Amino acid sequence: MEIANLPIATSHRAKLLAAGYSSLAALSAASPPRLARDLSIGIQEAEDILKVAVDANKSKGVDGPSTSSVLKGAQNAWDMLSDEQSRKHINTGSADLNNILGGGIQCKEVTEIGGVPGIGKTQLGIQLAINVQIPVEYGGLGGKAVYIDTEGSFMVERAYQIAEGCISDILEYFPYCHDKAPSGQERLKPESFLADIYYFRICSYTEQIAVINYLEKFLEEHKNVRIVIIDSVTFHFRQDFDDMALRTRVLSGLSLKLMKLAKAYNLAVVLLNQVTTKFTEGSFQLTLALGDSWSHSCTNRLILYWNGNGRYAYLDKSPSLPVASAPYAVTVKGVRDAVNSNCKRVRVM
Amino acid sequence: MANKLVSEMPLPPHLVHLLAARRLTTAKDVLSLPELELMGILDAGIHTARAAVAHVSEIACPPYQTALALLEAVRLRGDGRLVTTLRGLDDALRGGIPAGKLTEIVGPSGIGKTQFCLKLALLATLPECYGGLNGRVVYIDTESKFSSRRMIEIGEKSFPQIFRQEGLAQKMAGRILVLRPTSLSDFTKSLEQMKVTLLQHDVKLLVVDSMAALMSSEIEKSATSLRQHPLRWALSFLKSMAEFSQIPVVVTNQVRSQSNDDGYHYSFEVEKKDDSISAERFESHLVAALGIQWAHAVTIRLVFESHSGHRFIKVAKSPMSPAVAFPFTVESSGIILLSDEGIDVPGPEITSIRCQGENVLAQ
Repeated sequence: MEIANLPIATSHRAKLLAAGYSSLAALSAASPPRLARDLSIGIQEAEDILKVAVDANKSKGVDGPSTSSVLKGAQNAWDMLSDEQSRKHINTGSADLNNILGGGIQCKEVTEIGGVPGIGKTQLGIQLAINVQIPVEYGGLGGKAVYIDTEGSFMVERAYQIAEGCISDILEYFPYCHDKAPSGQERLKPESFLADIYYFRICSYTEQIAVINYLEKFLEEHKNVRIVIIDSVTFHFRQDFDDMALRTRVLSGLSLKLMKLAKAYNLAVVLLNQVTTKFTEGSFQLTLALGDSWSHSCTNRLILYWNGNGRYAYLDKSPSLPVASAPYAVTVKGVRDAVNSNCKRVRVM
Repeated sequence: MANKLVSEMPLPPHLVHLLAARRLTTAKDVLSLPELELMGILDAGIHTARAAVAHVSEIACPPYQTALALLEAVRLRGDGRLVTTLRGLDDALRGGIPAGKLTEIVGPSGIGKTQFCLKLALLATLPECYGGLNGRVVYIDTESKFSSRRMIEIGEKSFPQIFRQEGLAQKMAGRILVLRPTSLSDFTKSLEQMKVTLLQHDVKLLVVDSMAALMSSEIEKSATSLRQHPLRWALSFLKSMAEFSQIPVVVTNQVRSQSNDDGYHYSFEVEKKDDSISAERFESHLVAALGIQWAHAVTIRLVFESHSGHRFIKVAKSPMSPAVAFPFTVESSGIILLSDEGIDVPGPEITSIRCQGENVLAQ
């Protein structure tokens, strides 16, 4: 590595080069007082520079003989396979939807869900926040959820309703567990589901950036979080950004951070996105907002749309699954399979 | 929190000095820079820059609540819903128009949007024992359509027991403050002033009738590329105001016609649609005047439309409600539902707006 690539202050870099330190080797031979004198900086600063240089040396150096560490931080494909197979999925509530997603929303991945207003994005978001908490003994993850609400569309009464629906389904599928696990029964209360949803209300894009930066620390303190939902990632970035180039850079920074969080803390990141119209090939078409460069930044992309009288989900992008679509319905209990399109018409009372 | 000053944050002193020296005064300044650029500006190493970002982020980040705490807050406060007294609609909305959210009414002209707003305004002023919110109402009337006479008429017909009492009509009507901004900048100004007064004067409802009128007059003046901007601002402002003061905010929207259904399909849907296109091509239909971005941002959308000889209220978007439509008429007592049993509307029809003129002569 060259001096020019070291992550240090620009003025320090200029001084280093001016003083004749052009390679890491030259730098690593220097002692802090010597460096401080050469560059006419404080001894503390010189120590900092040397620390960075030593770190850089380490990451480049040490090629151990064992295969797993040919490249530091790399993982071979075979290990990744077993890792992927052991990965858990979060149930969406609809079996058809789970099917096209290969079992549900994947942990350790970023999934983007978009669609027209009123199609059920927020519904699906709340559903996932509830479903991630299904206890392990009932086939769930037993995790917690972080819900970042940028639009103010999270309705806690609705979350309560969905939690009730989820619990009644669990009891239906596992009728014997009543007797077996009395302790589990206590946890199956809508209140305890709601208590494990951490809700952030974001009112500007600065706060959105801040919360994503802060998540790292938050997740360190709350280890059991298995899903982070941002509803929606778009709203503030569409409202008050004038400099589009900056917007793209800030957004790509955010998506990188989210991917890192997903990997590091073994959780699913779900980003809800709005739609916009785009002029292509002579006509206006619907497309997800935030532009083309953003569309690269999510691992999976699911688009919700109307098909005839039914709600459908279309898997637009996935590294491992084929493009497919499946019907779903939004019912009183939450997101469920579409049963001859009658389900969603059940009255909410 | 976004505009919080760095100098007021409990940061390590060397970071405060560093940021102040580079004129990064607010959290927004610090956080909207990419990491490398921040290093360049601060002239600091990556560790310092990262530490600065982490510190500022933690402070600028709003505190979290659990959903349970939210639920308890709602239960404690009462949910502050505005009952519309249209029983079917109230049931579908689970008790009325929710506080803290943006509710939109969209429909063709003359369908009854203003009638609905007048009734809502009146209801919010009523004492709680009559199902009202017992507070003031701010009514922003951009189209000069507010009619006090009509409102009193609605009141007398629907609540004779209240309005026959001496002086009560005057008291109720006195609680409704009507603003008539003539331009977008006027509107902006009054909104800004309102932020403080809403809480102080016990305002329980904010009505904007209509939002689209302001925007469309402004669009003609400015270039189309700028068109989204004032809208975006008003949108975030109204939303934050609803939330901050926990009152219902009701906004009306106009319609415009669109000649084909460009812009309603994704690229992957195109092939399927080709055969049906010839039939639809020549039929013009109505869409909401404020575009799709606006539609995303409202929490509840009620569509007023008319077809097959009736007028309908449709619950087109709501996180709580099924997709239902209610036939209604406008009478001297205001809007009346013909039936409290909603008609289920399957599929995307719920969001369409139809206006097949009622046969006026036949009535």
